[in-house]
Amino acid sequence: MIWNKDKETMSRADMRALQGKRLHKLVEYVYHNVPFYRDKMQQADITPDDIRSIDDITLLPFTTKQDLRDNYPFGLQAAPASEIVRIHASSGTTGKPTIVGYSRRDIDVWSECMTRCLTAYGIGRDDIFSVAYGYGLFTGGLGVHYGVENLGASVVPTSTGNTEKHIRLITDLGISGIACTPSYALHLAETMEKMGVTKSDLKLRSGAFGAEPWTENMRKEIESRLGLKAYNLYGLSEIMGPCVSYECECQNGSHINEDHFFPEIIDPNTLEPLPYGTTGELVFTTLTKTGMPLLRYRTRDLCSITDEPCPCGRTNVRMSSIIGRSDDMLIIRGINVFPSQVESVLLSIPECAPYYRIVVDRVNNLDTITVQVEIRPEQFDGEVDTLNPIFELEKKVKSHLKSVLSISPIVQIKQPGSIERVDGKTKVVTDLRNIK
Amino acid sequence: MKQLSIFLQNESGTLTSVLDILADAGIQLYAVSIADTSDYGICRLICDKPDEALAILRNAGHAVSQSDVRAIIIGDTPGAAAETIRIFAKEHLSLAYLYTFLYENKPVLVFRTDDKEKASDIILRHGLKSL
Repeated sequence: MIWNKDKETMSRADMRALQGKRLHKLVEYVYHNVPFYRDKMQQADITPDDIRSIDDITLLPFTTKQDLRDNYPFGLQAAPASEIVRIHASSGTTGKPTIVGYSRRDIDVWSECMTRCLTAYGIGRDDIFSVAYGYGLFTGGLGVHYGVENLGASVVPTSTGNTEKHIRLITDLGISGIACTPSYALHLAETMEKMGVTKSDLKLRSGAFGAEPWTENMRKEIESRLGLKAYNLYGLSEIMGPCVSYECECQNGSHINEDHFFPEIIDPNTLEPLPYGTTGELVFTTLTKTGMPLLRYRTRDLCSITDEPCPCGRTNVRMSSIIGRSDDMLIIRGINVFPSQVESVLLSIPECAPYYRIVVDRVNNLDTITVQVEIRPEQFDGEVDTLNPIFELEKKVKSHLKSVLSISPIVQIKQPGSIERVDGKTKVVTDLRNIK
Repeated sequence: MKQLSIFLQNESGTLTSVLDILADAGIQLYAVSIADTSDYGICRLICDKPDEALAILRNAGHAVSQSDVRAIIIGDTPGAAAETIRIFAKEHLSLAYLYTFLYENKPVLVFRTDDKEKASDIILRHGLKSL
């Protein structure tokens, strides 16, 4: 099913024309309402009249996370306070949180885009849908919630936290759809198994997962343990929240709601735009936002975009899965390492559970990377009474990681359940080099 | 004799958590033996209800395995253990590991070998007493 046939199956030429029209209007709006953008445009000697088509977007300045911090809290807000109906704040692990104010129209656009996602996931009015993203300052909970209501399905605002109660609700109410982080989905499966609930007790059939990177292997694991089809849901609070892009039944990239969020891929070093199909940093311009619109916001997410037609019938472009963050990149002994590379190696080894931690340190002026991963308890199902299988697994993990990362990590096999499960975003990397 | 082997990481508190689970279930331990490296440990134990203990630990998520080990009662005099082990050496029986404990005030020697038939034969021929 397609929720908005008009926008989701528009011809490429019509979409570009619509984007151009919206961009011109947006630039005029921010030029007159956001001093930060007016100053930047004047410095670059551009006026809103120079923006006549979507191709002219490359004339515009970029916006970074640092710009949001420098203009904390309301410096980039375009609408007057009287027009703002909601304010979200990002977790902000480094310094100030990111504040995003939404107008009533922004909330409507958000709900509309989220409804498109849910429809693509096969959710309809008859479904009971559990939102297990955190409710509150984080955009996940309320963002999906409004989409489910807009669609007309029944929303159960479970949020995160009481996992056992959540599982009882899933079985007793016959909840058929769920949205949460992929790591929480695995935590849910684990708790379910401990409670003796099997997937035949569940009516779950579709799940929307996002807010943290995940891999094909994690998808397979979530699907087999919860008995549902797992779809990607992408978003970021600076741009809107969950709803920016979504997978269809083809699950070959996530369709971007590009009539509202215009995507570009740039080279993170030269800032030059890259053609479709090339991997680089994803950049978004909020074409229709009125609360806090952003021009060319650098997401730091690395991926590629394609405009190849999708068999599902949608014509909006698709982004690949995120292969890393341009600022999550670890430099170890001069070699670039993405935590996602480590994850994909670990998930490809059947003896390893999907729980791991990366610790980076500096010992005697030499960088070290330690990868800790839990062994699956089933590895001890036979007659195992020595540490030999542990040593063999350690060696296997080490050699697989070495061939992918080009550096030799320290590998520690951990006992089941020993790596902390976090309800929400999991912090997998500890870099002790920064603290010293 | 049934023995449980539990994989532990070599960190404080990991052994306690296993022993607490067994204590809470009213399981009595006869022997606990630990083999360890700097990162890992394996806890081998013998208890009164090995099947129940296996199920409880597995349910708690532990990497735990049950295996068959040989246990023989040895004399309660100096040199009794040495005498038994000397027999194994003479017969070229290779041992994976070995430990001792007291069962009803009798010293017991527990060992694991990959050559189970040979072990049975040695026990029979030398008149060793199985527990």
